[in-house]
Amino acid sequence: MSKFVDSIKSNKKLQSNLITFGMVIILYVICQSLAAAGILSNSMKGLLIQFCYYIIMAVSLNLTVGILGELSLGHAGFMCIGAYTYGIFAKVLSSGNLSRTAILLISLVLAAIIAAFFGFLIGIPVLRLKGDYLAIVTLAFGEIIKNVTGSLYIAKDSHGLHFSLNGTSDMVLDADNLVIIDGPKGITGLTSGVSFTLGTILVIITLIVVLNLINSRTGRAVMAIRDNRIAAEATGINVTKYKMLAFTISASLAGVAGVLYAGSLSTLTSTSKNFGYNMSIMILVYVVLGGIGSIRGSVIATVILVLLPEKLRFVNSYRMLIYAIVLIAMMILNWSPSARAWREKMINKIKSGKKVKEAK
Amino acid sequence: MENTRPLLEVNNLSISFGGLRAVDDFNITINKGELYGLIGPNGAGKTTAFNLLTGVYKPTEGIIRLDGEDITGKKTIDINKAGIARTFQNIRLFKELTVLDNVKIGLHNRFEYSTLAAILRLPSYFKVEKEMNEEAMKLLKVFDLDKEANLKASNLPYGKQRKLEIARALATNPKLLLLDEPAAGMNPNETKELMDTISFIRKEFDMTILLIEHDMKLVSGICEKLSVLNFGHVLAQGPTQEVLNNPEVITAYLGE
Ligand SMILES: Nc1ncnc2c1ncn2[C@@H]1O[C@H](COP(=O)(O)OP(=O)(O)O)[C@@H](O)[C@H]1O
Ligand SMILES: [Mg+2]
Repeated sequence: MSKFVDSIKSNKKLQSNLITFGMVIILYVICQSLAAAGILSNSMKGLLIQFCYYIIMAVSLNLTVGILGELSLGHAGFMCIGAYTYGIFAKVLSSGNLSRTAILLISLVLAAIIAAFFGFLIGIPVLRLKGDYLAIVTLAFGEIIKNVTGSLYIAKDSHGLHFSLNGTSDMVLDADNLVIIDGPKGITGLTSGVSFTLGTILVIITLIVVLNLINSRTGRAVMAIRDNRIAAEATGINVTKYKMLAFTISASLAGVAGVLYAGSLSTLTSTSKNFGYNMSIMILVYVVLGGIGSIRGSVIATVILVLLPEKLRFVNSYRMLIYAIVLIAMMILNWSPSARAWREKMINKIKSGKKVKEAK
Repeated sequence: MENTRPLLEVNNLSISFGGLRAVDDFNITINKGELYGLIGPNGAGKTTAFNLLTGVYKPTEGIIRLDGEDITGKKTIDINKAGIARTFQNIRLFKELTVLDNVKIGLHNRFEYSTLAAILRLPSYFKVEKEMNEEAMKLLKVFDLDKEANLKASNLPYGKQRKLEIARALATNPKLLLLDEPAAGMNPNETKELMDTISFIRKEFDMTILLIEHDMKLVSGICEKLSVLNFGHVLAQGPTQEVLNNPEVITAYLGE
């Protein structure tokens, strides 16, 4: 047992990961106890599942932005794919005798696969290029997915599935048809509510996947590409392969977050509020504020930034404005050389201050 | 039977950037175990020659053979797998990663486990990671970097960063090691120490080395053969002392 403790003490990365998992579990226990004691307001209860899918979104985006070092502005697009995967699947099977849990679990697997597939498709042309093309392509992708899902009509009858972009009146349907997606009105009549426990389990799975990936041969290769592409190639790293891998996994996890999101709704729609670039940028703000490349930072920043607008009404009204300012400020702090030098100096000052204290 | 095939054989290698022929009709033959120097004034085309050898640039003409295998026009990663590793004139480390991880990336293609094994932390992950750590630490010891193993690479002092780059290159287990101005920016003490390290790894790893250098003392001290580049051309080539006494070389380069 003491050997085990020693091995943890000597492994800084493992220690840091355990703190992250500990944090999530403590947060879960606190929220669950408050809910059980009846102290949690209804609006707070609604926030619990939001914590979960936003954390998954932020952590998975950090895999692309912080670990791979590529800017993605369409992360919400993958979430949308996951949400609609669940929505369609749940709607089609609503009359069957599959339990809701089974539908959720199957949707999670399906959404992860389909979102990964889309990530792969986008990655093939873009990630092979040298340069920052991913940002613009993902931005377009996110908007296209949002618009397509927001204007698509799908109905089912005894002849099979019918698709249209103009409305259900275009379709020749049997009397006992089922409208699955009703264009801008979305998918209605879903059973709302996903348990906070399932959400937390998915957060933990996301953290396991991402953290274990980072601390592995694969993760090192990805970060090597981020730090110096030319040196990585000269060292025998397959740049395209590892870029694709990281981006695909990131997309796949966003698909999982989409299922959680859709699972908490009775009506799933696709608008610029929930799936457009507004959402993608908001998640990017979580990642940037939590620290690019810091997984634990993403978790903390997400919890705070989901909570804050709920508690402070005025923050909510100016949310996007504040996020824009924050993003610009952080970009300057992170990328301007003089600001970076100033920051390093401050960090060193704080660190040396700590050491002096320790020495005493 | 003795293997007399040269390790590196380069014939008529050329590249043009627009109108500039940065490397023009470059020839070199390096035998196994040799320590070979590539010298020449600034802008002579030395680094460009390295970039051609490692596939960063595709040559307009010429053939490169490594150990008999034609590697002309291959991708950088495949050339590394074929057995050429290098360092860079402007240090290119994986800055945000630890010293240990930098070397472990060099070991990437020699130790394998799947991404799934990593995510699920299967036994193969622990076994192979342990082997990689041991191998990387062995290399770091050679370069006296083992105490800094857990430091971020960018926090190393300059001289040690250069050493780490060599360690990372060696980790890929190359047949030929290319060093681009390994002593650049080092003080005389560090340079001396670096020379000793290069001599040591040559013996220890039985390594063939081609190095670009500006410091003539360094070159004459450890290289047995030299090639002199000037305006992309080979000006002189052969045993070190002969080349250094060549009147053309003296006027073009040494007399400056
Ligand atoms: N990618 C490039 N595009 C255009 N010109 C280049 C490029 N790389 C090198 N050169 C030119 O080729 C010449 C040789 O450069 P280089 O090989 O770096 O010289 P050195 O011998 O100092 O290492 C220089 O004139 C340089 O400007
Ligand atoms: Mg050079």
